[in-house]
Amino acid sequence: MPLTDVTTDLDTRTLVMTCDFPVTPERLWQVWADPRQLEQWWGPETYPATVTEHDLTPGGLVKYHMTSPEGEKFPGGWEVIAVDAPHRLELRDFFADADGNPVESAPESRVVIEITATDTGARMVNTSTWESAEDMQKVLDMGMVEGSTSAVSQLDALLAA
Amino acid sequence: MTSSDEDRADAFFHALADSTRRDILRRVLAGEYSVSALAVDYPMSFAAVQKHVAVLERAGLITKRRSGRESLASGDVEAVRAVGAMLTELEDVWRGRVKGIDALLAQDTTTDTTT
Repeated sequence: MPLTDVTTDLDTRTLVMTCDFPVTPERLWQVWADPRQLEQWWGPETYPATVTEHDLTPGGLVKYHMTSPEGEKFPGGWEVIAVDAPHRLELRDFFADADGNPVESAPESRVVIEITATDTGARMVNTSTWESAEDMQKVLDMGMVEGSTSAVSQLDALLAA
Repeated sequence: MTSSDEDRADAFFHALADSTRRDILRRVLAGEYSVSALAVDYPMSFAAVQKHVAVLERAGLITKRRSGRESLASGDVEAVRAVGAMLTELEDVWRGRVKGIDALLAQDTTTDTTT
């Protein structure tokens, strides 16, 4: 696994993941910038994503839906806030209605992706922040999240002052 | 999602968004403590510690019982696990995505379709 570090912060409801890939930043950027590549990894394995709109410019929208094993569609999207290819992407990740427009009452998170060159390839740091605790709980309740892992081993880190 | 779920999530995070309360919770998860025994270790009044314990109790993270004149607090391991699970599940979504990106990038070398 390319994952090198994960930290979660209860105070700020932030998840920071650091991963290293043996490719150039330019190549890594394509997995975000090319909708056909994006849909190969955005959805969970059993909820593949289909990207229907992809405008990676500030103010632009990316629209997609994920399809459940039963064929139910879960639309979502991003509002692009800032782009600095191939190094930085900032977006608002939202749940969408059937037409692909943001559902204002639904939870949303702010995602910042930072890609830098390293000796062995490229490092991607993903910082996801949820607006409120309810937003986090709603994401889980909406059934977008597959499975559940035991949190026992992480309790200590989580509670560390 | 019901409003009681929302209230519960809110209470959890409010309770955990304070380093003294997290410290209290860590200790009472390991064993039962009287509130007065807990209070000795913090540079604040007994009443202030009692308040922190009350916040944790309202969030369902600890339970209290009376023993004579003492009020004994212990942590509810299951409740604390539930909070951890919330963040862990969100983490799992991104772990899955990272795995997917890795698999996608690995195709470059096996299929020679580097763009």
